[in-house]
Amino acid sequence: MAKMTVNPNYCKGCGLCIAACPKKIIKFSAKINAKGYHYAEVEDQASCIACKMCYQTCPDVAITIEK
Amino acid sequence: MQTIAKRPESLTDLQFTYCPGCLHGVAHRLIAEAVDELGLKNQMTGVAPVGCSVFAYKFFDFDMAQAAHGRAPAVATGMKRARPDMNVFTYQGDGDLAAIGTAEIVHAANRGEHISVFFVNNAIYGMTGGQMAPTTLKNMKTTTSPYGRDVDDIGSPIRVCELLNTLDAPYYIERVSLLSPADIIKAKKAVLKALTYNKEGRGFTFIEFVSTCPTNWGVDPVKALVWAKENMIPVFPINNFRDKGNEGVAQ
Amino acid sequence: MGEKILMKGNEAVAEAAIRAGCRLYFAYPITPQSELIEYMAKMMPKVKGTFLQAESEVAAANMVYGAAGCGKRVMTSSSSPGVSLKMEAISYIAGANLPAVIVNVQRGGPGLGDIQPAQGDYFQATKGGGHGDYHCIVLAPSSVQEFADMASDAFDLADKYRNPVMILADGLLGQMMEPVEFKPYKTEEEMVELSKQHFDWCIHQNEDGPGHHHNEINSLEIDPNVLEKHVLELDKKYKTIEANEIKYEEYNINEDNEVVCVAFGTAARIVKSAIDDLNAQGKNIGLIRPITVWPYPYDAISKALNKKVKCINVFELNLGQMVEDVRLAVNGKVPVHFMGKVGGLVFTPEEVAADIMKNL
Repeated sequence: MAKMTVNPNYCKGCGLCIAACPKKIIKFSAKINAKGYHYAEVEDQASCIACKMCYQTCPDVAITIEK
Repeated sequence: MQTIAKRPESLTDLQFTYCPGCLHGVAHRLIAEAVDELGLKNQMTGVAPVGCSVFAYKFFDFDMAQAAHGRAPAVATGMKRARPDMNVFTYQGDGDLAAIGTAEIVHAANRGEHISVFFVNNAIYGMTGGQMAPTTLKNMKTTTSPYGRDVDDIGSPIRVCELLNTLDAPYYIERVSLLSPADIIKAKKAVLKALTYNKEGRGFTFIEFVSTCPTNWGVDPVKALVWAKENMIPVFPINNFRDKGNEGVAQ
Repeated sequence: MGEKILMKGNEAVAEAAIRAGCRLYFAYPITPQSELIEYMAKMMPKVKGTFLQAESEVAAANMVYGAAGCGKRVMTSSSSPGVSLKMEAISYIAGANLPAVIVNVQRGGPGLGDIQPAQGDYFQATKGGGHGDYHCIVLAPSSVQEFADMASDAFDLADKYRNPVMILADGLLGQMMEPVEFKPYKTEEEMVELSKQHFDWCIHQNEDGPGHHHNEINSLEIDPNVLEKHVLELDKKYKTIEANEIKYEEYNINEDNEVVCVAFGTAARIVKSAIDDLNAQGKNIGLIRPITVWPYPYDAISKALNKKVKCINVFELNLGQMVEDVRLAVNGKVPVHFMGKVGGLVFTPEEVAADIMKNL
């Protein structure tokens, strides 16, 4: 049981979390946030293993991990 | 379910002003996490430089000072001598620390000022639009080295950790990188150690982060990590240069 | 109290600063003020203060910025070329509304110049020196006693207005020995009070909950609308200082003055001697001696222009700097003459008297 959440207001769509995720479950949203970024969001929450790699590399501290 | 990773208390809620994929935000987070973990939030203060991270004074949720370009170690010296009960750090980029601020960092380190210096090295001047830095690599093109850095004309990149390591006083000097989650986890250990030593009043601590500048390098953030690993690490090797708290222990 | 000590100006101002509660001093050696830093090196540890010889005047001034940002009484000192190095930090100190005291023991310039006394930094001190719209409060002593007295005045003004204050002395005052009566040391209670001031804005220990503060020692306002507001607030402060802190001395100023002289600092002492000689011979010459050169006593000068005054004579140890402020005050009413002496040389009372007579 693990959950990663991206706060769309902080995310700048840099893609570092997408590259870092070993399960490849993060993608860019089709939606954009107020600043016009396609923010990252998880697409297969059930596969999240709470490894925190996304959290480690996120330069905007936009990610919260729960376990 | 428990939250096992979230925004540290020692960061304000402001969105960072850094470019997408700029690792300044990671460095900020590591410092903030360490401050939280060490319970230092209410006695912490820091000095923001001139550079992309000039607004760092807005991003940490404690009293902060902003300093003239390069002068942060001197400002931090004044602060720590004025309020020794507080813990002080500086946060500086490669122009701030290794160009205009060379005298200030060398002498603060030489005096063994009880401060922690966090030095973000991305081999370029970000805020002013991508000019050459003292740490710019040989043959690297920047807006003020448009034909590539000619080391015969203007010298080679400066390795600050190695330079400071010639001094007697510094207590802890380590170069880390932010170029992968595994590297970041190691960097966090170094930051935590630096601030632990700071809390314990052991002396001058210095962490250099090998970092990226996707915008001015002209690559996307993920490619920037790869480029930095291939090109910067050979010039700025990851190393624990000195750790007086662990003397005699193999690094 | 009441006891007079024969002391060199450089040392007297250092002693006075310590008595005024200064416990942080950062500086770099430079002639002719090295005795000041050496005195501080000896005495600061005795009062458990901090003395630090910095790597440069630049570093020293930035250490001042840091300590001032923590709300403490802090001082630096230098001489002309070193004060030039401090200009960036002074602009930052002013822009961040910080209290600080800077002592300039002027020497001959420009450039490396020489080590003899001069007044060539008047423009630098009063018209900027550093970049941007700001002012240092500038005090110009004319005797070792005044130099010492200005230490506590400077700290009081700095704290009152959250502004840098410069004491504009020169090598003669720095080196000369005169009897000084010092104010007493701050008591323990007074020191405790000093340590509690400025908590509404300075860097200090934090707390959780409603008492949590996020104070910023900063002069950057990237939004021009916000910067405008900030600079206009500075302007308000400067106008308040102008309205309240002007100080000057009137020496034989009366309705029958034939000539009024204007001079500051060491030059004023020499002019006084010349005036005494001339007045003993039946002339009626007066002197206005600005004590604050910023804010400048323009009104005092224009008020001294009674009907009999033939001209104003300005004497400075430079090529003519304060004379511009005198011309502003006089506003064309009477001729303004200037005699300067440069190179670190000092005019004699005879030279001054001859010049006054020439213009009479």
